Amino acid sequence: MTKTITDVICPFCGTLCDDIEVIVSDDGKKLLEVNNACVIGTEKFLHSQSSDRITRPRMHQEDGSWKEISYDEAVEYTAQMLAKARKPLLFGWSSTNCEAQSVGNEIAEMSRACCDNTAATCHGTSLIAIQDVGLPSCTLGEIKNRADRIIFWGCNPAHAHPRHMSRYSIFPRGFFTGKGQMSRKLIVVDPRVTDTAKMADMHLQVEQGKDYELLDALRVAFKGEWLPDVVAGIPGEKIREAADVMKSGRFGIIFFGMGVTQTLGKNHNIDAAIAVTKDLNEYTKFSIMPMRGHYNVTGSGEVFAWQFGFPYAVDLTRGFARYNPGDTSTIDLLTRGEIDAMLTIGSDPGAHFPISAVKPIAKMPSVCIDPHLTPTSGVSKLHVPVAFNGVETGGNCYRMDNVPIDCRKVVEPPEGMLTDEEFLIKVRDRLKQLKEAA
Amino acid sequence: MSEYIIKNGHVFDPVQGIKGDKKDISIKDGKIVDKVSSSAKVIDAKDKTVMAGAVEIHAHIAGPKVNLGRIYRPEDKLFSCTPTHGMERMGGGASIPTTFKTGYEYAKMGYTTAMEAAMPPLFSRHVHEEIRDTPIIDEGAFPVFGNNWFVMEYLKNHEIENTAAYCAWLLRATKGYAIKIVNPGGTEAWGWGLNCLSIHDPVPYFDITPAEIIKGLIEANEYLGLPHSMHIHPNNLGNPGCYETTLDTLKLAEGFKTKNKFGREQVMHLTHTQFHSYKGTNWGDFESGAKEVTDYVNKNKNITIDTGNVTLDETTTMTADGPFEHHLCGLNHLKWANVDVELETAAGVVPYIYSPNISVCAIQWAIGLEIPLMMKDPMRCYITTDHPNAGPFTRYPRVIKWLMSKKARDAQVNAFKHKDKVLSQTSIGSLDREISLYELAQMTRAGPAKSLGLSAMCGGLKPGMDADVAVYNFNPDKPVANPDDIETAFSRCAAVFKSGIQVVSNGEIVSTGNKRTLWVDVHVKDNPQVMRDINEKFVKFYSMTQNNYEALGHHFVPNPYALEVDATQA
Amino acid sequence: METVTITMKNAPALYLEADNVSPDAFAGKTAAQIAELSVHEGNTTSTLGKYFEVIGNAGATAADTKIVVKGDVKKVKYLGFKMTAGELVIEGSTDLYVGAWMKGGKILAKGNIEAFAATAMKGGELIVEGNAGNYLGAAYRGDWRGMSGGKILVKGNAGSDIGMYMTGGEIIVNGNIDVHALTHAEGGRLVVKGNAKSKVGGQMIDGEIIIFGSIDTMMPGFKPVSEAELEVDGAKAKFSHFIGDMGERHKKRKGQIVYGNLYKKI
Repeated sequence: MTKTITDVICPFCGTLCDDIEVIVSDDGKKLLEVNNACVIGTEKFLHSQSSDRITRPRMHQEDGSWKEISYDEAVEYTAQMLAKARKPLLFGWSSTNCEAQSVGNEIAEMSRACCDNTAATCHGTSLIAIQDVGLPSCTLGEIKNRADRIIFWGCNPAHAHPRHMSRYSIFPRGFFTGKGQMSRKLIVVDPRVTDTAKMADMHLQVEQGKDYELLDALRVAFKGEWLPDVVAGIPGEKIREAADVMKSGRFGIIFFGMGVTQTLGKNHNIDAAIAVTKDLNEYTKFSIMPMRGHYNVTGSGEVFAWQFGFPYAVDLTRGFARYNPGDTSTIDLLTRGEIDAMLTIGSDPGAHFPISAVKPIAKMPSVCIDPHLTPTSGVSKLHVPVAFNGVETGGNCYRMDNVPIDCRKVVEPPEGMLTDEEFLIKVRDRLKQLKEAA
Repeated sequence: MSEYIIKNGHVFDPVQGIKGDKKDISIKDGKIVDKVSSSAKVIDAKDKTVMAGAVEIHAHIAGPKVNLGRIYRPEDKLFSCTPTHGMERMGGGASIPTTFKTGYEYAKMGYTTAMEAAMPPLFSRHVHEEIRDTPIIDEGAFPVFGNNWFVMEYLKNHEIENTAAYCAWLLRATKGYAIKIVNPGGTEAWGWGLNCLSIHDPVPYFDITPAEIIKGLIEANEYLGLPHSMHIHPNNLGNPGCYETTLDTLKLAEGFKTKNKFGREQVMHLTHTQFHSYKGTNWGDFESGAKEVTDYVNKNKNITIDTGNVTLDETTTMTADGPFEHHLCGLNHLKWANVDVELETAAGVVPYIYSPNISVCAIQWAIGLEIPLMMKDPMRCYITTDHPNAGPFTRYPRVIKWLMSKKARDAQVNAFKHKDKVLSQTSIGSLDREISLYELAQMTRAGPAKSLGLSAMCGGLKPGMDADVAVYNFNPDKPVANPDDIETAFSRCAAVFKSGIQVVSNGEIVSTGNKRTLWVDVHVKDNPQVMRDINEKFVKFYSMTQNNYEALGHHFVPNPYALEVDATQA
Repeated sequence: METVTITMKNAPALYLEADNVSPDAFAGKTAAQIAELSVHEGNTTSTLGKYFEVIGNAGATAADTKIVVKGDVKKVKYLGFKMTAGELVIEGSTDLYVGAWMKGGKILAKGNIEAFAATAMKGGELIVEGNAGNYLGAAYRGDWRGMSGGKILVKGNAGSDIGMYMTGGEIIVNGNIDVHALTHAEGGRLVVKGNAKSKVGGQMIDGEIIIFGSIDTMMPGFKPVSEAELEVDGAKAKFSHFIGDMGERHKKRKGQIVYGNLYKKI
């Protein structure tokens, strides 16, 4: 017999769909079927059932092979590493729950480490912009119920956040948007003709690296001032037309992603987009929202902020918190040789960082906490597999619009496996002993 | 559990009418008791002032907009963070402290209970995570109701029983404490970039007025008999001339009498009154309306207020009055953050510098002090800074200094660049009153506890009450040589007890105690229609499922304390 | 003026945070006392004397104190942090935060310097003989109050984000600059003898930018208004005059609308 679990939250992307249905075996040990999730989410749940799961920690040997060790031995290595390190880094945090993030913070404080999350290569630049100019925003339900002007700038939700448009931004028939997609106009800004761009009422194929100029031109157009003939590859008349489409709506939203957060100008692009949004509030109602990638990078930012005061790139080495991306951010710390030990959890820097930042990880004492075999686990000294958060353990997570949703456990992890939180609690307690003995 | 005896202190307890007598306070098993055994630990309170732990009735200390403030103001922490030491985790934030720092700072000043002033219900999990991570002090949170779609739809047809059933459901779903109203109707209008600046402006589409929302929620609150009254931040905050909107709002309470089992006497609590007491027509002729507002509240005893004192600091404003924050950004051009919350509310955040060189700020400072100095009943007027809006809560000792010492007030007035304007536009120069310690105890302990419906539990030192006690290095028998000594004494307690555990000794944290989350569990008659309406709105309009909205497991509220309310016979 | 010479003798394995290497921290101290000042390598606290040889006593005040830093200090951060007077000479190249939050005094950096130099500078002088990194004379994260006074001269090139949120003071770069110059500025002056790339003066409200070389891409918010002959740093030349950022809000001074001014040599 089987059990159907409803209201399940998908632990993959920042869309954090919470209407997933999972069918499990009666004894709760096997996950059989997933309904309502997109292709990526479905696979997130199903792949937890692979027969070749690594279920115990493994230590990288001198000759490059791996030796299985116990969780207790893994705890010992991790705690010793952090106790001895003069500038350790605890990185990642984006694919685990807030409870684990909080224990991680205790560890970081105790070991006087740096701690950072995947915003470092993603929406960290958005956070920098928000720190400079603020953020007029809203929850996703407001889009569903009110929005009639949707702009996707530098993002491709058709691929990266597959159910975003059907749950929130384009198709839903909300309270004031009874005609669904027909009551909305979509503008897509992207140098590429993506699947999202193909749906747009207006596609501005901006010249790469010139989003900042185009955003400035929109602000100029709002004010009816002089514009050059072409800006960022877009003709002036088209810019004015886009400005009019935005101004003429009742409630607009700009969603944005890596196309602007990690291209030339970075935080300045977001800064300018926020300025556009602010300007539009003189004429109508407009908001802006980052399309957060990992399902709980937002949560990591929230927990860092209420406990330490900053959302990422936090340096605790002096016993109090300091923050300055460019100095305290992970890629800079790694490429400049500032770090002497690294713990990675809930992320895969080995896959996403420049190789000059990955090589140092291979040379220093390092731990990778991840259920998968990844490029990061491959270069770390110790690999600690854990239960899949959001599948085999629950815990609080924050959606891209900062709304907190408590993920559910739907199936048992493989026998004897620990969760992130359980492993980190053991590390914390052992580290405390080591610090007190010193 | 431990026994303590706090010996020979000068006790100020309005609950028992003790006005400075030398009395011993005995603590056993978390409560105040008549006496303890000889093995009780002795706390020497000779020449010191002893009061119950203070009660913060309104501060923004936990939740999404507070954290948005932290995230977007790294400069609020530059060079001012405190390191890990002793029992304390590291902390930071001059105007928006991190959660650990919040708990420590309140405790060191003798505060033992605090209310988070505005919880957007959709975000209740966030609010509770931060409350859980705020050590020592008991906390509760007020969900906001004044722009809620359910409330507006029910009250348009004056369906009080349905409104009450919905309120009860929401208080349980969010483990909330009271019915909070912020800019009623106006924040829903803000969903379209609009506002309601008077109590008669209809809300777009919902076609109900703020007056109807306010009256309806007073009725619903009394129908249920909740521990606290409805708690309101009226329309038109912060605009010259807004005192008229305030009086209109206050008048809506006329004729209402409370019905509750918690000792509460008011039907309306008006919050951060300073921001709502402005006369004049523009920033040029801006003047104080404190007299008009306090005259009314003095005469109408079914109202309580808190002050919202300006402390003359660089701080961060944050409120569910979304349109106001947009307006403020238009005035000072500083970074503006905003979050509209589906079906419920909104929030805005903007930094603000209350400079003593700007006449408007100086007048605001004066209004904040006029209010408590003109209020006749200290049991109905409480000290707040609407933290962090008018200033950080860590400035309470400074506000106390200004209230207790005319000399200190005069020194500040003389330091203003536009002293003449402050004196002409307010009556601060002519107010000689100095608040006594007994009155201070009324305004910071017994009064707020009673208003919140907690008078059986805290705010006093009567045997049977929780052993929340604060001992200050302030000798009531010695004349004050320098008013700054008042500020010093109230900044760091000699000793603080929370639920019978000593948490502060000589200004340092010695235990993080076992804080509780206070919430109100209301039982009403089954109401299938409201349950169906709730279900329908989740299916059609919310972006989260109802089951996930109602999920508030133990890991969010590890130590709950529910005040039970039986409204089934209402 | 008394001179204290510190020479790197014991290189750190990681990086050194030398916030105490400033005339203000040294003032009134003997060499032995200076050697006892704390430095930080990661999460360990040590003393200056463990890494540097310290020779000479400081003057009685910061103004009377000159510091010469010798040896390889490429992994030393915060030289000149928060100084208010006196002199600091760095013989070679160094790392981040040179003269960050300085209010006065003179710094001469003979090599290259890295990012975040002269953060929120209020006064004094910073001269860099080599290249400067990113965020030269910029504001701290989130702060709308950036560099408000003082002078910076870079003889080589400078990086991106120069003078962000600048409100006063002057920055001169003899070489080239990278993207984003004087973004969000509300005052101050930038002179670039070499070339700029793009995003010059974005979101500027007030202030002056003079570029002698090329600008790859102009901000659309800069409107050409006229030509002007200016004397800059002793030399006269003809410039195209643009005002902007026309997309940004504008202030008024004595009833007149104020714009940022951008001059590009013709």
